[in-house]
Amino acid sequence: MTTKRSRSGFRRMATAVVTVAALGGALVACAPSAGAGTGDASASDLEAALEAGGTITYWSWTPSAEAQVAAFEEAYPKVDVKLVNAGTNTEEYTKLQNAIKAGSGGPDVVQIEYYAMPQFALSDSLVDLSAYGLDELEDQYTASTWGSVNIDGKLYGLPQDSGPMALFYNATVFEQFGIAVPTTWDEYIAAGEQLHAADPTKYITSDTGDSGFATSMIWQAGGHPFDVDGADITVDLADEGSAKWATTWNQLLEKDLLSDIPGWSDEWFKGLGDGTIASLVLGAWMPGVLESSVPDGAGDWRVAPMPTYDGEPVSAENGGGGQAVLKQSKNPALAAAFLKWLNSDPESIKIFGESGGFPSTVAELESEEFVNQESEYFGGQKINEVLTQAASDVVPGWSYLPYQVYANSIFGDTVGQAYANKSDLNDGLATWQEQLIDYGNEQGFDVKG
Amino acid sequence: MTTLSKLDAPEAPSPSTVPAPAAPARKVKSRPDWRGWAFVGPFMAVFVLVFIAPVAYAIYLSLFREQLMGGNAFVGLENFAEVFADSQFWESFLRVLLFLVVQVPIMLVLALAAALAIDSARLHVSGFFRIVIFLPYAVPAVVAVLMWGFIYGGNFGLAGNINDLLGFEAVTPFAREWILVSIGNIVTWEFVGYNMLIFYAALRTIPNELYEAAELDGAGPFRVITGIKIPALRGAIVISTIFSIIGSFQLFNEPNILKPLAPNIITTFFTPNMYAYNLSFSGQQYNYSATVAIVMGLITAVIAYVVQLRGSRKEER
Repeated sequence: MTTKRSRSGFRRMATAVVTVAALGGALVACAPSAGAGTGDASASDLEAALEAGGTITYWSWTPSAEAQVAAFEEAYPKVDVKLVNAGTNTEEYTKLQNAIKAGSGGPDVVQIEYYAMPQFALSDSLVDLSAYGLDELEDQYTASTWGSVNIDGKLYGLPQDSGPMALFYNATVFEQFGIAVPTTWDEYIAAGEQLHAADPTKYITSDTGDSGFATSMIWQAGGHPFDVDGADITVDLADEGSAKWATTWNQLLEKDLLSDIPGWSDEWFKGLGDGTIASLVLGAWMPGVLESSVPDGAGDWRVAPMPTYDGEPVSAENGGGGQAVLKQSKNPALAAAFLKWLNSDPESIKIFGESGGFPSTVAELESEEFVNQESEYFGGQKINEVLTQAASDVVPGWSYLPYQVYANSIFGDTVGQAYANKSDLNDGLATWQEQLIDYGNEQGFDVKG
Repeated sequence: MTTLSKLDAPEAPSPSTVPAPAAPARKVKSRPDWRGWAFVGPFMAVFVLVFIAPVAYAIYLSLFREQLMGGNAFVGLENFAEVFADSQFWESFLRVLLFLVVQVPIMLVLALAAALAIDSARLHVSGFFRIVIFLPYAVPAVVAVLMWGFIYGGNFGLAGNINDLLGFEAVTPFAREWILVSIGNIVTWEFVGYNMLIFYAALRTIPNELYEAAELDGAGPFRVITGIKIPALRGAIVISTIFSIIGSFQLFNEPNILKPLAPNIITTFFTPNMYAYNLSFSGQQYNYSATVAIVMGLITAVIAYVVQLRGSRKEER
């Protein structure tokens, strides 16, 4: 969506991933429950709340938020939505966490990426939206995004966007050096060698260690490093999938084929524009970022399916998120009504799509108009054909840790050291695992390696 | 007798005057007067609210441990025991200590040289130099660090241009070996002017007679510096040193803003302050974070106090 989205990961949850209910009781004491949301509330309450009007606050960093809020206020003049950009991902989560801890000062509706959803659900700070009948919207969303906002049978948010991964490559650079579009990771590494040998200033991709990217790559390789069952957690960053990715990526790292330009820096955007970074494997929200932040690359970039280990099409989710209603909200019915409009009303989703967002709604993903859209930036390529196909190739059954925000924050301290030293990523993953187990146990979970 | 009594007379008042003031003093002691509190009350209220309360709250926090699962529990001094055994904390502490030992002397010597030069009256447009050297201090730290981040950029920044010119990686400000030097350079650039101003202000208070006397004695300019200016600056140097020690131990802005540019080199526990910040805001370990802050505060206070003792002892000599 917006920059930095990639740091997130997308999370797909099997139904019994976190048994929050079992823990809820213990946590009620720490979380302020403003008597919101639960009880007899229903869909008709939402209509009534919209009729009555009122003021709610909405925290978001999506570029489309302003236009969406304006359209909503036009449709429901009695409702006043105060839009606040409280920072991008972790910055917002820090403020949100503080507001939850303080018991007040939080928004009514808040943007939360899928990877962070379990953390806030766990602290019992989000309203279960099925109380307002929003669970009936299930059919409108893709299974993977719906799974990400459903935690132990409770609906903690509505999905907004999704990020099935694909290969974005600079076709001009590829053609110049006679590189074929790789379909397997072996071909990708070979392409990296060929490119860097032909022009030492150019790299196949840049990667200085990004937790969102690494977890998505492990996801694609078939790994299940995080197994969560209530308070019982297993962290295994040496499982088959994790090792498969690390061993493959080691080849790029050790042969010095990865550019050391940190992602999302000014140099990174420059490098994407002038061919220094020839390709990226990222979520489907990337075209919007390229268009808005890398104007120099217009016409050069193309999309292809993500390379795989055996040539069979497999993808993973990278980034993406939705919105949730906070238990602190003084008007949860109105907040839920706004949320329902925001992520299911065709008008709102249209605005979202126009700003470059990649939707999570089935109707849009399957519509001819969306799939056949030709992107001028991508030289007229029908990029959504590739991206919607990627969405259906996503490996099911992934889950994130209930403390993934913290886990991602120490990625640089652990796996990042392997990147810095150009040494074995498997060792870096082992250190990460060790610290994640320590932290989890210190926080009262029962974490095993 | 009369003469004697007359002679005694002057003595007489002195024994009588001595107990006289003592008597009212005893009265005050026996009836405490609370009226004074009406005057200092507002100050004390604000003082307690903004100084005592946060420290007390931090100490209170440090005695508990709140978990994501399982709530809050009193743990006594366990958090402190953990800090003393925490290799990440000590690594960050030793890093800022190294920074302190190298960067602070360099910065203060530069500031001293600048102050002496401007004070020497041999400089044309000394007012201009004074402003220009002081100017970086007026630039917000965040802006300054972002600016230096661009200069340090290895691909498109000044560092990158130099490397292109030389044809090899000569300047790598974000490499593990150089990152402390790079940060030290920024901090020095930011604070030389501030310290220079402290020194310069102290130099302006030296009475002219001393210079005149020195001239009569035939002292050259360097003899004036070592014999008059430096001794007069001792107090200012002690103050600057203490400020710089505190500043070094609280190093946060510069590494935190550079972190996105050197994500693996600048870890979440690069400095004690960054460690406390990340414990609190990424890990929700508020209690442990408060403990780290208290331990670091105590260490800083002790070191600053030792410097002050040494500094003032020299002053007496």
